[in-house]
Amino acid sequence: MLSILKGIWVILSHTFRRRVTVQYPDVQPIMPPRYRGRIVLTRDPSGAERCVACYLCSAVCPVECIALQAAEDEHGRRYPEFFRINFSRCIFCGFCEDACPTYAIQLTPDFEMGEYVRQNLVYEKEHLLISGPGKYPGYDFYRMAGVAIGGKDKGEAENEEPPVDVRSLMP
Amino acid sequence: MSDVVLHLLTIVGVLAAALTIAAGLIWGERRLLALWQDRYGPNRVGPFGLLQVVADIIKIFTKEDWIPPFADRAVFVLAPGIVFAAGLMVFAILPVTPGIAVVRLNVGVLYFLAISSLGAYGVVLAGWSSSSKYSLLGGMRAAAQVLTYEVFMGLSLMGVVMIAGSFDLGRIVEAQKNLWFCVPQFFGLLVFFMAGLAEAHRSPFDLPESDSELVAGYHSEYSGMKFGMFFVGEYLSITVISALIATLFFGGWLGPVLPPVVWFMLKTFVFIGGFILMRATLPRPRYDQLMALGWKLLLPLTLLNLLITGAIVLAAR
Repeated sequence: MLSILKGIWVILSHTFRRRVTVQYPDVQPIMPPRYRGRIVLTRDPSGAERCVACYLCSAVCPVECIALQAAEDEHGRRYPEFFRINFSRCIFCGFCEDACPTYAIQLTPDFEMGEYVRQNLVYEKEHLLISGPGKYPGYDFYRMAGVAIGGKDKGEAENEEPPVDVRSLMP
Repeated sequence: MSDVVLHLLTIVGVLAAALTIAAGLIWGERRLLALWQDRYGPNRVGPFGLLQVVADIIKIFTKEDWIPPFADRAVFVLAPGIVFAAGLMVFAILPVTPGIAVVRLNVGVLYFLAISSLGAYGVVLAGWSSSSKYSLLGGMRAAAQVLTYEVFMGLSLMGVVMIAGSFDLGRIVEAQKNLWFCVPQFFGLLVFFMAGLAEAHRSPFDLPESDSELVAGYHSEYSGMKFGMFFVGEYLSITVISALIATLFFGGWLGPVLPPVVWFMLKTFVFIGGFILMRATLPRPRYDQLMALGWKLLLPLTLLNLLITGAIVLAAR
């Protein structure tokens, strides 16, 4: 009997509690920065595409929603000819982001992706590519890696020693 | 001539008020439950979500009104009407103010008890005519529950009747000029409130419906406006019982400063809130617990209350 009265009192006291509902369309929720939402392709600080079309994201994707075709430009830089993510299949697991060696593919906190037509959920490269560097502002894969491309030879990357002639005995 | 017009106006006014309050409770209950669960409830349609009622009514009117082929057609159609009509009929005796009452019966309390038992027929017939085992179980439960709780619902009011010396609701209110009956008849109030919960099939005594075991109990097979009638009928009986608690135990229209209508409405709304608070707080008991509570606790309590009240009234005479 006492517990019933106590229960009634507890419920009544909730009259003056703050309500926990976030009135979503009116009030936008603050998403944590690591929230795994819409996938984007980022660019390096110089404005070039980061993606080197290594297929790792496509290979690791558990639902096989990523499709791309590698190509190479006149400077020897690899890039995806097309890059397609089918968001109607995507489970937003973030494996692609983990697998990416160049920080090109990234998941963002945007979750408002509703569509009336299912086909519109297939995002092409022009939908995915953003103009900025995303979560890693200073990173530029080709300036770090020892790959020779047009305008940058071997040994000219950041923190890279000049190449050693392995056939020479001289130090 | 003007007397007839006045009477008709009263009837229309009380009917409109009753239906408005009952329909408004569709919104009110959801808002209050939400408040006590730290949510908002319906707040999108119109100011404070008030137009939710209109939206719900439009929805329920345009829904398919399906009668199962295995149902007993005539009774199936009649049952929600009985519940609804019984709920409305009790409003006739409520003395809203000294002047406003559809009819001033000198056996008002008896009339209420009679009509509210009539409402049980609607529920039982609905359960029976649906030809569905869940509905039937719900109907059976309703019958047993209403029978049980009616016994001391009536008895709990006899204390009030004894003190006031009348079955007339208006006279009962007038007898509370000096002291509301909630003080001398506290146990009567307690028992009447619980019996009222059971009578209106309200949570925690909503065993005839008990969604978790019987789908939706006696109205499992109902859809569209027929279901709506049960729905609004339930709110009607909540309103009636709240108004009766206000009338019988809390001095009806009596109160300082504000006009009598406002006092009556205010008290009624407080008890409607109480009904919803019970739903927000208490879980549903098992069926045997419900019966045990009725026969083993509430009935002896009522009889004891009756005995003591009788003795005091007799001694004071």
